[in-house]
Amino acid sequence: MHITLLALDWTLFIDKVILIVIILGLSLVIAMYETWAERKVAALMQDRRGPNRAGPGGLLQPLADGLKLFMKEEIVPGSSNRLLFILGPGLAMLTAMMTSAVVPWSSYLEVGGRHFDLQVADVNIGILYVFGVVSMGVYGVMIGGWASNNKFSLLAAVRGASQIISYELAMGLSIISLLMITGSLSLRTIVQEQQNTHYYILYQPVGFLIFLVCSFAECNRTPFDLSEADNELNMGFHLEYSSMKLGFYLFSEYVNVFISSAVMATLYFGGYDIPFVDDAALAQHWGQNPVAILQAVCFFAKIVCFIFFFIWVRWTIPRFRYDQLMKLGWKMLIPLAILNMLVTGFLILLRHH
Amino acid sequence: MQPLTSKAKVVDRRPMNMWERMYLPAIAKGMSITFGHMFKKRPTVNYPEKTRPFSPVFRGLHVLNRDEEGRERCTACGLCAVACPAEAITMEGAERLPSEEGLYREEKYAAKYEINMLRCIFCGLCEEACPKDAIYLSETFAPSNYTRKGFIYGKEELLIPDPKTDPEAFARARGEHGQEAPAVKTNSQMR
Repeated sequence: MHITLLALDWTLFIDKVILIVIILGLSLVIAMYETWAERKVAALMQDRRGPNRAGPGGLLQPLADGLKLFMKEEIVPGSSNRLLFILGPGLAMLTAMMTSAVVPWSSYLEVGGRHFDLQVADVNIGILYVFGVVSMGVYGVMIGGWASNNKFSLLAAVRGASQIISYELAMGLSIISLLMITGSLSLRTIVQEQQNTHYYILYQPVGFLIFLVCSFAECNRTPFDLSEADNELNMGFHLEYSSMKLGFYLFSEYVNVFISSAVMATLYFGGYDIPFVDDAALAQHWGQNPVAILQAVCFFAKIVCFIFFFIWVRWTIPRFRYDQLMKLGWKMLIPLAILNMLVTGFLILLRHH
Repeated sequence: MQPLTSKAKVVDRRPMNMWERMYLPAIAKGMSITFGHMFKKRPTVNYPEKTRPFSPVFRGLHVLNRDEEGRERCTACGLCAVACPAEAITMEGAERLPSEEGLYREEKYAAKYEINMLRCIFCGLCEEACPKDAIYLSETFAPSNYTRKGFIYGKEELLIPDPKTDPEAFARARGEHGQEAPAVKTNSQMR
């Protein structure tokens, strides 16, 4: 009895551990190169050249930046709460990394007659999990701002937290109309329903728009980067942070961008579906493994497009004022999301009868 | 009132209509502008690797010239130091020994010749004052150093390489062998 209880499916265990390591490593590397891409794209859009000294095309710049951040003096303000001060960036990073667990990166690999799902956990409440973890991200901001024991940090943290909470509402409402179509919360099921280019963007354009705007707000990206406002207010909630603690905050933002790109691609752009190709037929023709890899490549291509979009928007649209932000969130996006929900429900009912 | 220029533009203060209040068309327009800029030609010059061409009258760091046989032209007359409004030039003269005729053109030469590049205002008056065509302002500029002392250039830094022993370096210092205009203006160009 004891033996059966403790018996682990070791292949599954090792498979998942390897997958987790790969995905965490990948999201960190992608986040690193997002910083490079951000600077390069910003430079190109402003007719500059961008980083070009460290390595070919400045490709080693993120390493140099990381090294710099590690070398800097670590300052913990004397009047701050030391435990919370250290917990803040840790929590921000943790929540940023945790979301990737439910994203299906590709269909499955077939090794030795076994199927290895390229997804860490196919939770049947996948989206709920994403929302739960993302809303925990507020704690990173809030605790960091509070523990600094600085009025400006606290103000910025409250500003950021209220923004994130407000936009989470509209985000959830925009998702509901999508869920009414899919009938499932599992991200894998949602992707499987979108095979053969039946992407949900075609069914839910307004819902996608709301989701997009809200994910900008959730990631604290520029039209909504009130909690940071790097260029004029102050450094925001991480005003008192230095060295790698600051690095963790900045880094978690980029990991968030990566993950929310992945979630958007999954929900609205067919996830790992190869566009304009019948994946199942291709798998019959080529075998499952090459198709699975091609699907993963397609998924990452979609993610990269979204990341580029994030950066593009950042260097185009100026920041909202706080009242504009709240007005947009509460008076426009939420009513629009509810309206979208009603229209979607109405159309679904109409089709049933 | 009569407008002063034809550039006056009437500001439209009408309330925005529904289409404009959606902001999305304006956002799309802005995004297309920034996207278009990605493919524009960049005006930046990759500076240390590439430089913009200077005009031949550019006044950069000084060079002490030699004649065709590689002899120093300077006779330490001190006219450049007198002409210098920033008092950047100091020198000490010495008498040429009989064995040194291949080194110095005149009987008197500058044993020590120093220009303080921090004082120098690169006006070029020393160049104009020199009766022997010994000092010229080159096209090299932007010296950098860790100490103030390093900005006081002595003869080692100022003298042009010998055309006899090191003709290549001499030509390079004069800006021949290449794309750019001469670094040091020669007599024939001045006249």
